[in-house]
Amino acid sequence: MPTVEFTANLARQTASAACEVSGDTVREALLAAFERQPQLQGYILDDQGALRTHVVVFLDGQTLRDRKKLSDPVSPNSEIFVMQALSGG
Amino acid sequence: MKLYLGTRKGLIEAESTPDGGWRLGRASFLGVHVPMLLPDARDGTLYAVLEHGHFGTKLQASRDGGATWEERASPAYPPKPEGATEVLCPMRQVPVPWNLEKIWSLETGGADQPGVLWCGTIPGGLFRSEDHGATWSLVESLWQHPKRAKWFGGGYDWPGIHSILVDPRDSQRVLLGISCGGVWETADGGASWECIGAGQQADYMPPELAGDPDVQDPHRIVRNGAQPDVVWMQHHSGIFRSGDAGKNWERLRTADPGDFGFAVAVHPADAATAWFVPGIKDELRVPVDGALSVMRTRDGGRSFTPAREGLPQEHAYHLAYRHGLAVAEDGRTLAFGTTTGSVWTSADGGESWQRLSAELPPVYCVRFG
Repeated sequence: MPTVEFTANLARQTASAACEVSGDTVREALLAAFERQPQLQGYILDDQGALRTHVVVFLDGQTLRDRKKLSDPVSPNSEIFVMQALSGG
Repeated sequence: MKLYLGTRKGLIEAESTPDGGWRLGRASFLGVHVPMLLPDARDGTLYAVLEHGHFGTKLQASRDGGATWEERASPAYPPKPEGATEVLCPMRQVPVPWNLEKIWSLETGGADQPGVLWCGTIPGGLFRSEDHGATWSLVESLWQHPKRAKWFGGGYDWPGIHSILVDPRDSQRVLLGISCGGVWETADGGASWECIGAGQQADYMPPELAGDPDVQDPHRIVRNGAQPDVVWMQHHSGIFRSGDAGKNWERLRTADPGDFGFAVAVHPADAATAWFVPGIKDELRVPVDGALSVMRTRDGGRSFTPAREGLPQEHAYHLAYRHGLAVAEDGRTLAFGTTTGSVWTSADGGESWQRLSAELPPVYCVRFG
């Protein structure tokens, strides 16, 4: 199953434990993680469901291409890291 | 008495001391920008807005004066409908976003509306909560108002609501101050809205548009509970006063040392008394001649007197932002904080001032609680 891991800096603000999730796209994987930690969604996605301007997602070492719909495909062994983009801090 | 300071690096508290002074105390949310605070006198809840550089704006609430906190919901714009017509910024012809960019104001509903909160945001959405911030609804009547297309950003990229004044006589009547969109009024609890405010003058517009109520940049508007028809305004282009709840405004030209600034506070029992922190207009935004002062009028704006005792009179570069000046319920205790990280307090109605600290992060919001 894909894994999702969040920057440690989020842990000070809200529950953001790493987890194994199911999903065929980054959006599905993240939504599965948010189901377990509902408050987390607003920290990562904006009001319209796009990735926040100053958040970056790495999918198997590559930055996410579709920041709006998060449609990048995920494989069963994928590793997703949600990090700060350092801009906007 | 407590003083709450919303700063670039957290919520910092101060407490009054028996000798009439103030002592700095606890810091909460260290490192996080706290642009707005609201002590709710109706039930003792203290609300704090957190603006994370990466993770967006959040709302926290404390039931014990800031000792412990719990996260409440943050206002969120509803999904943008497919095919919705874009509202373009009239100055730049770029679409106004449907996302919460900033919480710019947070106020309680009336005394007869426990749990009701109003929240003004950038890019211009007004939100209302009926459950202490557990859930929020966008006030669609204002967001969908055709005249919103005339609004534009003032200081920020997008327009925003920085002042929310609930009429203490009738909680259904609410005034808004919008930069840049002027003064708006509802008489029916937010079901319908009207742009009001004749007499304002926007010197930054072409002459033929300068009096248009929709393009005004009221930096801050305030009223008190005793004479709510009197409304004070620190406008981008000067100081204005209304005697009829914001419908008509008079520009007051006697201000010394200047009529540019952001902050204004009104005496809680005497609407003829108001305070301002002037600066050089309008892009310089530093004290006139390097000398910091707080102007006070006690005669409804016929005259203004600058108080300078206790304030630096040379080489001063302090700026009090629009929510950075507050007066306590006693009408004598005041405080203001600056973008340079200083806070001054007064115990004599603003005649003299004492510096509480010069070591703070930039201060954006000052509230007594």
